[in-house]
Amino acid sequence: MALPPFQALIDTHAEPVRRFLVATAGPGAADDCFQETFIAALRAYPRLRSGSNVRAWLFTIARRKAIDHHRARGRRAIPVAEVPDRPAPLAGPESPDGDLWAAVEALPEKQRAAVVLRFTCDLSHREIGNVLDCSDAAARRSVHEGIKRLREVWT
Amino acid sequence: MNDRLETELRRGPDADVGVGEAASRLLDRALDEGLVSVAYARTDSPFGDLLVAATPRGIVRIGFLHTETEESVVGQLAERLSPRVLHAPARLDDARRELDEYFDGRRKRFQLRTDRALIHGFARAVLARTARIPYGSYLTYGEVAAEAGSPRAHRAAGNALAHNPIPIVIPCHRVLRSGGLIGNYGGGPEMKAALLRLEGAGVG
Repeated sequence: MALPPFQALIDTHAEPVRRFLVATAGPGAADDCFQETFIAALRAYPRLRSGSNVRAWLFTIARRKAIDHHRARGRRAIPVAEVPDRPAPLAGPESPDGDLWAAVEALPEKQRAAVVLRFTCDLSHREIGNVLDCSDAAARRSVHEGIKRLREVWT
Repeated sequence: MNDRLETELRRGPDADVGVGEAASRLLDRALDEGLVSVAYARTDSPFGDLLVAATPRGIVRIGFLHTETEESVVGQLAERLSPRVLHAPARLDDARRELDEYFDGRRKRFQLRTDRALIHGFARAVLARTARIPYGSYLTYGEVAAEAGSPRAHRAAGNALAHNPIPIVIPCHRVLRSGGLIGNYGGGPEMKAALLRLEGAGVG
């Protein structure tokens, strides 16, 4: 079976990939990450094995772009003169609106990706395992741990 | 349990940029970086919508959407040329303008470059000869076969014409059966007759 036209990937997956990136990279960075994700995908697409799970493949690229964004932002962090005695509030300028998305952003990366893929993007546990490069069972655990943590901090 | 949490997660966060705008910026960048192998768009005609596709070398395919679906035409392009197929109407502005002028009776020759990547073997010679038949005139299948180098191959010539990937621009409607009979056409015999009438070919 041949690969479908790339346009079909955009038509089907642009919206969920964008939602994933807004939730994981923040609304300010989501659009750049979106462009990077789809350009990287378009470059690599002719080499993709036909019959691959295209959706999991796209989210794997998107996750990497969100991680790259966080790393780059970490390197750009401005040093402060005094170490604050309390952690900074979770909702920074990069956080989506509302406490929930700040809480999502505060999750460990793997749990954050797992929760967003499961609920915001509606991927199966198998696909999430594919994206996170772990077993279905480990993907289930990451979703569970993430949700548990969110229930503690968000009511 | 706390289903409000799951409901909110499913709803997703608010975004600054809508997906439509994001997709259009993506297309601009993909075109700039030369990552679009095949661009396509729909255009209308008096006979129904057409799907027009081009590579960087020229027009590679025109499909009649009253006889085949957009999905099948675009799917074949992905399979036969490259899977980097994108809906990019701006890349087809010239083609769509020339087609409009042709259907309007204001254009007798296309200036468009063609990419004949979908034409193989004997069909190359047949369609190359067909491309030189002037507006308003016609040849028979036998004549085209002979001029393409195989006088007895009128059936093979008919087959090549039936699978012309770039109809209208390579005017396979200007090839008729002997005796002035219209013969077959991808867009239907009525469309073939109408095109010949438009051109004033004195048949149909």
